[in-house]
Amino acid sequence: MSAVLTVEHLSRAFGAIKAVDDVSFSLEQGELLALIGPNGAGKSTCFNMLMGQLKPTGGLVRLNGEKITGLAPRQIWRKGVGRTFQITATYSSMTVVENVQMSLISHHRRIYSMLPYAHRLYRARALALLDTVGMADQADRHCAVLAYGDLKRLELAVALAHEPKLLLMDEPTAGMAPRERIALMQLTADIVRDQGVSCLFTEHDMDVVFAHAHRIMVLNRGQLIANGTVDEIRNNPQVQEVYLGGGMLFNPADGPAGTPERETGHA
Amino acid sequence: MGLFLAQLLTGLANAGALFMVASGLSLIFGVTRIVNFAHGSFYMLGAYVGYTLMQVLPGMVGFWGAILLAGIIVGLIGVIVEICVLRPVYSAPELFQLVATFGVILVIQDLTLMIWGAEDLLGPRAPGLKGVVRILDEPVPQYDLALIAITPFVAFALWYLISKTRVGILVRAATQDREMVGALGVNQSWLFTGVFFLGCALAGLGGAVQLPKGGADLLMDFNILTSVFVVVVIGGMGSLPGAYLAAVIISVLNVFGVSYMPQSTLVLMFVVMVVVLIFRPFGLFGKEEVAGEHGQVGEPERPIKPAGLRVRMLVLAGLVLLGLIPVLGSNFAEVLATDILIFCLFAASLHFMLGQGGLVSFGHAAFFGGGAYVAALLVTYADTPMELAMVLAPLGAGLAAVVIGWVCLRSTGVYFAMLTLAFAQLLWSLVFQWGDITGGDDGLVNIWPSAWASSNTVFFYLALVICVGGILLLRHAAHSPFGYALRAARDSARQAEAMGIHTKRIQWVAFAFAGAMAGIAGGLFVFSKGSVFPNELEIARSFDALIVVFLGGVKTLSGGWVGGASFEAVKDYLTRFEYWRLALGLLIIGVVILAPEGIVGSLRKLGERIGFLNAAEDKR
Ligand SMILES: Nc1ncnc2c1ncn2[C@@H]1O[C@H](COP(=O)(O)OP(=O)(O)OP(=O)(O)O)[C@@H](O)[C@H]1O
Ligand SMILES: [Mg+2]
Repeated sequence: MSAVLTVEHLSRAFGAIKAVDDVSFSLEQGELLALIGPNGAGKSTCFNMLMGQLKPTGGLVRLNGEKITGLAPRQIWRKGVGRTFQITATYSSMTVVENVQMSLISHHRRIYSMLPYAHRLYRARALALLDTVGMADQADRHCAVLAYGDLKRLELAVALAHEPKLLLMDEPTAGMAPRERIALMQLTADIVRDQGVSCLFTEHDMDVVFAHAHRIMVLNRGQLIANGTVDEIRNNPQVQEVYLGGGMLFNPADGPAGTPERETGHA
Repeated sequence: MGLFLAQLLTGLANAGALFMVASGLSLIFGVTRIVNFAHGSFYMLGAYVGYTLMQVLPGMVGFWGAILLAGIIVGLIGVIVEICVLRPVYSAPELFQLVATFGVILVIQDLTLMIWGAEDLLGPRAPGLKGVVRILDEPVPQYDLALIAITPFVAFALWYLISKTRVGILVRAATQDREMVGALGVNQSWLFTGVFFLGCALAGLGGAVQLPKGGADLLMDFNILTSVFVVVVIGGMGSLPGAYLAAVIISVLNVFGVSYMPQSTLVLMFVVMVVVLIFRPFGLFGKEEVAGEHGQVGEPERPIKPAGLRVRMLVLAGLVLLGLIPVLGSNFAEVLATDILIFCLFAASLHFMLGQGGLVSFGHAAFFGGGAYVAALLVTYADTPMELAMVLAPLGAGLAAVVIGWVCLRSTGVYFAMLTLAFAQLLWSLVFQWGDITGGDDGLVNIWPSAWASSNTVFFYLALVICVGGILLLRHAAHSPFGYALRAARDSARQAEAMGIHTKRIQWVAFAFAGAMAGIAGGLFVFSKGSVFPNELEIARSFDALIVVFLGGVKTLSGGWVGGASFEAVKDYLTRFEYWRLALGLLIIGVVILAPEGIVGSLRKLGERIGFLNAAEDKR
């Protein structure tokens, strides 16, 4: 197996706060890797640096051995990385299927084209993608009226449109009902298995994480405090302390997933 | 040395009134997020009211009392405006309120004309401060020194009010987070009214205090508006120290400009503003405007789809009717229809970048007038035939838009809007002051169409084909991948960037495209009129287009040309009356209050209700 993503000594400070502090890890081909940690641990900051929305204050990110730190999100996307956001970002003036079509249009480098009707381009492919995430029946609905959980699934379809090699998902199931969460993670696991995609995701629901992740990393106050298999993490005393000390239990009912979320937009 | 010092003091004295007006505008924007175009009108009112009061109140106490009273009265007028005009539209879509304030400008202009007449009023001199003081042998008016002394007190009082009192703390909190103030249990609407009072009172004070220096006239409102906007933008929207510093910079610069570079006076402050914004895109003391801070209020914009068969038939029928105008109507009707068509294309080009791209430009006339001047200059100096000139006009305008867009798109939101305004003004002053080439105020004349198109009828058909073609092209562009990508960049720049879309570049292309389309309209315009004057580049022209786009409906595809056609037709009719501004202003305010989604948006709702159009599939 070869590493798709290598992160070396990645750091980011906001003034005096070290949001991400010397984090190193790698992600293997076909791996489903979870990044967990309490609120404010630096997970989103980490994602923003991987995708280029934030410039790191130090460290390196490599994609298939090639350095991608310093590139813009759109350039990283073209190299085959897709991401979903903690707070969904969709085009609210478009229909559901048009959101996916937009990604396909960009993938085929036709965003400057003025001749065809956009809503006719790649519609079949977009519908197929919506079908994978179970949104085909809502394809022609107005995006602005979707339920939050549906927006999350739409974002996944959008992120899959350019057949990424690497998928970054920041709390893909936040705001969803428990049953939906399990279904969505199952779906992600299937995609990783069937399409050979590698995936890094964050998640507050420990049941979901333990059920599907191949490997788990724990971030606390910007530092990586553990990195191992599901069983290793479950039994790691340091991890237990961070979570129990933070008032967080390995129990979805008490998980903080529903707490107000903040996300840094890119510059 | 003495002269230098004297000039510096004059500049500082001029900064006083400018600061008062600017700080009022800044305050209003900071708290209510309303870009108050009518702020210059309150300044003008301050001067007129102050003048009248000074006639009745005697002596030194009377003079200063009159200034103070003028401020209070203007503040109260501001309160009336806020309650009657703005309150009903706070929940309207973003920036829609500025259209209402534009209506207020027109109303105040005519009311002032009615009450005080058309003649300029010479301001009375301040009792006890009529003389001059010699400083290093140079005469400096005593009143100037008084102003220099007073302004810091006003600034300090304002600062004290804002940072030390409970009200001020609320105002500051509201500037930072409007929702939070609501959560604190403060009545937000009265806070807004209070801030409006204060802001307008400051404008009134500014108007009254400059009476001994400048008097009162009916052009004051627009004349100060540009400087005030420039000051607020250089200082940073919402920042008092910024407004003070910028007012001083601009005033001092102006005084020196007049003595050393008289050709450049009009351009100078815009150059300063552009330079400041290039290095600090949010002004000297301003903070970055967080995207979405204005809050998308109102209904979310609907997905677009190509028009259905019924609507197409309706449009076709309309076009046939238009084509019959020369057969059925008079010569006058042909000319009017040509004017309207050209204006519609101009409005539609702005509507494209504003509606699809979310790029609110206050200076779109730069490209309309720019195109017109390109064609006129080509004809005047190179004997270019009409056909070629009409092709080169959009090229020239488009090229200008490429350059201007590159600079403006470094900023966003209000700052972007102000930069576009600055460039339009820059172009205007260039044309105005470079008389040897552009004819200056006298314009360029004798620019007639080629022989085959010289009859009104043929030219009408030419305009019909080009303008309808242009509008259809813009409409198709909205449905194309390019239009979608532009909308994507507007809806969520974060997602668009994470999807391979270079959002700034797509906006840049849209800016240039809209500029070129406005250039087409400009080219047609010159040949339809046979002449062009600097006022085609004026702020008023840009505002016309802006108002029309909002009135027509930003969140609809046909808002631009429908608004343009209605506005031009109504204006043509109303201008026959003496107080047409009053009527037009009230009409604009009425539309804003009664149809916050614009004409097309409201018609669409109506069409859906009576079943002519299919309703949106999803209702919230
Ligand atoms: N733009 C910013 N400016 C200043 N501080 C920031 C910024 N973005 C994040 N931070 C800080 O960095 C730290 C990490 O934030 P981050 O959003 O990465 O956490 P997270 O692990 O994603 O948390 P959550 O589970 O709540 O999403 C927090 O202390 C946060 O306050
Ligand atoms: Mg996060």
